[in-house]
Amino acid sequence: MSDLLSTILETADPRPEVLSKILGRSREEVEAEIQDLRDQGTLLGWMPLLDPAKSESDQVRAVIEVRITPEREGGFDRLANRISKFEEVEACHLMSGGYDLLVIVRGKNLHAVASFVSERLATIEGVLSTATHFLLRSYKEHGRLLGNESENTEKPAVSA
Amino acid sequence: MNPSDYVAEHVLGLPRSGIRDFFAIVSEMPQAISLGIGEPDFVTPWKIRESAIFALERGKTSYTDNRGLFSLRKEISSYVERHFGPTYDPRSEILVTVGVSEAIDVALRALLNPGDKVLYHEPCYVSYAPSISLAFGEAIAVGTNPDDFFALDPDAFVQAWEPGCKVLMLNFPTNPTGGTADRAKLEKLAKFAVERDLIVISDEIYAELTYEGEHLSIASFPGMQERTIFLHGFSKAFAMTGFRVGFACGPDWLIDAMMKIHQYCMMCAPILSQEAALEALRNGSDDVARMRDQYAKRRDFIVRRFNEMGFDCHLPRGSFYAFPSVSSCTGLDEVEFCHRLLREAEVAVVPGTAFGAHGKGHVRASFSTSFERLVEATDRMERFVDQARIEDRAIPAAG
Repeated sequence: MSDLLSTILETADPRPEVLSKILGRSREEVEAEIQDLRDQGTLLGWMPLLDPAKSESDQVRAVIEVRITPEREGGFDRLANRISKFEEVEACHLMSGGYDLLVIVRGKNLHAVASFVSERLATIEGVLSTATHFLLRSYKEHGRLLGNESENTEKPAVSA
Repeated sequence: MNPSDYVAEHVLGLPRSGIRDFFAIVSEMPQAISLGIGEPDFVTPWKIRESAIFALERGKTSYTDNRGLFSLRKEISSYVERHFGPTYDPRSEILVTVGVSEAIDVALRALLNPGDKVLYHEPCYVSYAPSISLAFGEAIAVGTNPDDFFALDPDAFVQAWEPGCKVLMLNFPTNPTGGTADRAKLEKLAKFAVERDLIVISDEIYAELTYEGEHLSIASFPGMQERTIFLHGFSKAFAMTGFRVGFACGPDWLIDAMMKIHQYCMMCAPILSQEAALEALRNGSDDVARMRDQYAKRRDFIVRRFNEMGFDCHLPRGSFYAFPSVSSCTGLDEVEFCHRLLREAEVAVVPGTAFGAHGKGHVRASFSTSFERLVEATDRMERFVDQARIEDRAIPAAG
């Protein structure tokens, strides 16, 4: 992994002026490398990381286990891509084990997710079964703890 | 009541820590960015914290053997052999202490008769000279040289030796300079220690945070294990400062002498901390490597920024401190620089003289903080330095 990418991951700060300072390179150089990473499809974009409990109280998420029929020459890819294209689908992964796809779906309420599963997902030809689990509360998102790691306010500001 | 009528003379005579004075000011300024913190900004890795919780759940709330849990001493023996070379018998040559600070205190008290002399290098960790005084010893400071990156200077020790010297104290990599000790210099110093029959107390708490070359322990040199107390702990590399656990390794007769003091004044290190330390040694090496990599990147950044500002700042080869010279560039002495920087730019660094007179003209800036804060702190410092430089030029012109 390049210095630039590892620094972006560590700082979560995409601003070229900050990255150029940290890396000791010109802003133009950093911007050019970011563009290269975009062009190669390595860097897909930036996303804010939100605490779901605080930012989307009107939305629900569900994890859906989907069993599908693999196809000759295409395996699971065509169906997985088709399912991924729904805008309700936040993530879709091919899994080992008792089911084939793990699909994370977001909707404005429980009814909306249920409708998506029963009317859109389950009716696709090749989908054998679905098992839907609604998320109740999140404790960690993208490697970040949500709210239960308190700041140590007793730490001395200066120490030996 | 008059304190001098009651407080022991050798305690009354101890100077206040320069860090303590500064801490009081910074504490009143919550908005300041502090680069004055002498501990990791990382929280102890969860697996280590979890092992302490698990031990508590299992009801491990008792004293341990005065020397420490035998399982921990066995693991320490194996870790020290793997990383530093010497082999120590966990039954008789290892003592688990409440941090390296206790180990230093106990080692000095075990060794010194009143008036015995101790050679140590400066700038150094703030407790060395006071600990020597509290053990009724006489501290002899030997300066390290900024032109040599504050590295070990064996010739300076040879020249500073005088009759009555009994102990040599080392701390490489060094807090606050990041200085290290290479093979040739350690060989020379080891020869000197043998010739002068000195006991060496070697505090190697920052060993894992070595960025240039390989860390070498003086205890691994011929003839040295028998006359060296090797000190190490978990605070820095494993980010476990609050657990307060360290250890001493040395010849059995020396560990026995230290044990006599430790058993009466401390009894043992806390059992939960010892359990956590055991987990750290068994499974913490990936966490140490991860933190070291991040420190190394931050070090490169802060040193480059300091030099861009016009400071003379060497690349520290170990620890997580930069130690730039600030006086020549700003016309301010190190204490005035720190006070003005804090007041005017709200950034805290520590005056080099808090670590001994040889730190004159320098400040210690810890890079154990996030990039976000480092970037902001160095930007503020740059603006302050530019202003101070303008004033410095203006003064003679006006005069």
